[in-house]
Amino acid sequence: MTLTHSPVADVPVSDVDPFSHEVLEDPLPMHEELREAGPVVHLSRYDVFAVARYAEVHAALVDWQRFQSAAGVGLSNFRTEEPWRPPSLLLEADPPRHDAPRRVLGAVLGPRSLRRLRDAWSADAEQLVDAVLAEGTEFDAVPTLAQAFPLRVFPDAVGIGQDGRENLLPYGDHAFNAFGPSNDLVAKGTHRVPELSGWVGEQCAREALSGDGFGAAIWAAADRGEITPQQAPLMVRSLLTAGVDTTVHALSAILYAFATHPDQWARLVADPSLARGAFDEAVRWESPVQTFFRTTTTDVRIGDAVVPEGHKVLMFLAAANRDPRRWTDPDRFDLGRDPSGHVGFGMGLHQCVGQHVARLEAEAVLTALARRVRSIELAGPPRRHHNNTLRAWDSLPVRLGVV
Amino acid sequence: MLTVEQSSRTRRSGVDRTTVRVVGKTPVADGVVTLTLAAPDGGRLPDWTPGAHVDLTLDNGLTRQYSLCGDRWDAHTYRVGVLLEPTSRGGSRHVHESLAPGHVVGLGGPRNAFPLVPAESYLFVAGGIGITPLLPMIAQAELLGADWRLLYGGRQRSSMAFLDELAVHGDRVLVRPQDEFGLLDLPGFLGAPRAGTPVYGCGPGPLLSALERACLGWPARALHTERFVAAERGAPVRTTAFEVELHRSGRTVTVTPDVSVLEAISAAGVEVLSSCRQGTCGTCETTVLAGQPDHRDSLLDDDARAAGDCMYPCVSRSSSDRLVLDL
Repeated sequence: MTLTHSPVADVPVSDVDPFSHEVLEDPLPMHEELREAGPVVHLSRYDVFAVARYAEVHAALVDWQRFQSAAGVGLSNFRTEEPWRPPSLLLEADPPRHDAPRRVLGAVLGPRSLRRLRDAWSADAEQLVDAVLAEGTEFDAVPTLAQAFPLRVFPDAVGIGQDGRENLLPYGDHAFNAFGPSNDLVAKGTHRVPELSGWVGEQCAREALSGDGFGAAIWAAADRGEITPQQAPLMVRSLLTAGVDTTVHALSAILYAFATHPDQWARLVADPSLARGAFDEAVRWESPVQTFFRTTTTDVRIGDAVVPEGHKVLMFLAAANRDPRRWTDPDRFDLGRDPSGHVGFGMGLHQCVGQHVARLEAEAVLTALARRVRSIELAGPPRRHHNNTLRAWDSLPVRLGVV
Repeated sequence: MLTVEQSSRTRRSGVDRTTVRVVGKTPVADGVVTLTLAAPDGGRLPDWTPGAHVDLTLDNGLTRQYSLCGDRWDAHTYRVGVLLEPTSRGGSRHVHESLAPGHVVGLGGPRNAFPLVPAESYLFVAGGIGITPLLPMIAQAELLGADWRLLYGGRQRSSMAFLDELAVHGDRVLVRPQDEFGLLDLPGFLGAPRAGTPVYGCGPGPLLSALERACLGWPARALHTERFVAAERGAPVRTTAFEVELHRSGRTVTVTPDVSVLEAISAAGVEVLSSCRQGTCGTCETTVLAGQPDHRDSLLDDDARAAGDCMYPCVSRSSSDRLVLDL
């Protein structure tokens, strides 16, 4: 990273490309450099400002008044550029338009609404783990567990049909790539956009959804007038976009964490009630969603500098989650830590509306594994999957010791 | 230009989150004052949406609900309007006669049982102090370019608050004090029943009953009302310590007024995962096995509170001497 003179007074400048393959392979050194460079850094390559310290990231996340989302939460500025698909009513919206969709989805995915799923998902996780272990104790944990469990329970919970579910992961992967610059990662997904968007769009219609899922609950809210009938399909789309890849990568993050920290797995086996906190510690440690952008609605002072109105600000959630100003020994994956307050799910009124779903899925899988598995270790070199927004694994070969 | 504040909130105690300081008190009509409230440390207050109310626990121990009627683009203050009720049992009288800038009051919420649904046109009907929740709704309708009108009644013009703020909207607002115009002409204001135009009403019971009758021919769910009554709410909130028994851990902790339940539990070595620590995200939901929680969150509606089976210990406390939690 080269630090040069800044176009805005008192802002260090970096020419690093956070979306290059080199950085995506291992972003931690860049996170540290940006954190230590100052409270805000100008990224000259994209003419955007970046925040990487916990305090500044947290402050930008909660301040929807001055850091807006409706101009897009990727590099693209919707004030001047055409989005690749109609903007999300949740992620890419500000109050007041954000209010009704958020209120409805918050209720549909709230902890009280999920109680009915807990027992079923625990049973699903036990069946999956039993079936996997019956096949062998050495396998690639990405397809076999991290992808298999969310793909088993989440599409059913939303209520979509059986056909075409293989489209969910590539669609989500492209959507999260599209928050970055139009680099090769975006280019590789572009040719499938018409096909995948078409399939996703079909799944969002009322008649395509079962009567008892999250999708039907969204349509029922439209029938009650809480949202408009035009909003309902876009809200189902949000579930299908943001509810699969994120959980898959969060599960592979925690499996990788345990495979490389056998003492922590032993703690979980001894006390499975640690599963819930362990998942959030893994989300802090690995930050499956690494970054989001905001756009300033006014001149905003950050540290000693002023970020002018209308500029993109890149928030490094992952760097904030390992900021030593906030966390003791931040690089350590530690079940004894209280990870509360991490920004891996964001914070404030855009905080991940599906976080309780993700926790329930993870708790089910970890509890089922802890029942039968005494040790997890890497059985070969893991391989990263590069995405402009997500920190992910393509392959995670593991060897399990079972009782 | 404003400054990004350092986010000390995330580590702040729940008690700080559940109090606000009176920073302004202004008479705005006969018998009506507005209170301007701010966080004791000047930080951001929890987000809210039009139609939301807060519970304020006054320094005489009474808790009252007030609609937020300020500007939510100002994250640092809340505004509420308070009518002096002639039959006041201590709430509004205390606000009018004793409460002063500098005083600290307890805060619950914000919660919203009266949300504005998306539409291209709205009809608003306010009686007296019932104008308060409608003010932010009107601001929102204006922001969205929706077509809207307000019928605003009161005993006499001098008792009707916020007429100056409403004057900018010209003939969208019909001001109809009873001593000049008689009872509100609801059928005339509403016009023919039609789909796609929600009707929002807030005010005294007789007005809302009349509005319900006037809306009988309207589509189901067209009418949204909030009754504005100075109801006593449960037991007075306790300001003294209480005990929390952690059932599974077999431990009991004492929660003193200066710490949150979450902090007290954590100090006893029992970790409860949390996130926002403002009673808005739901992460710290905890099962209540016995005792009466004093709910301060923004999540549970009245039905869920009545069920009494869970609470959010980042902000919520206890009305009873002892709470038993499934921890």
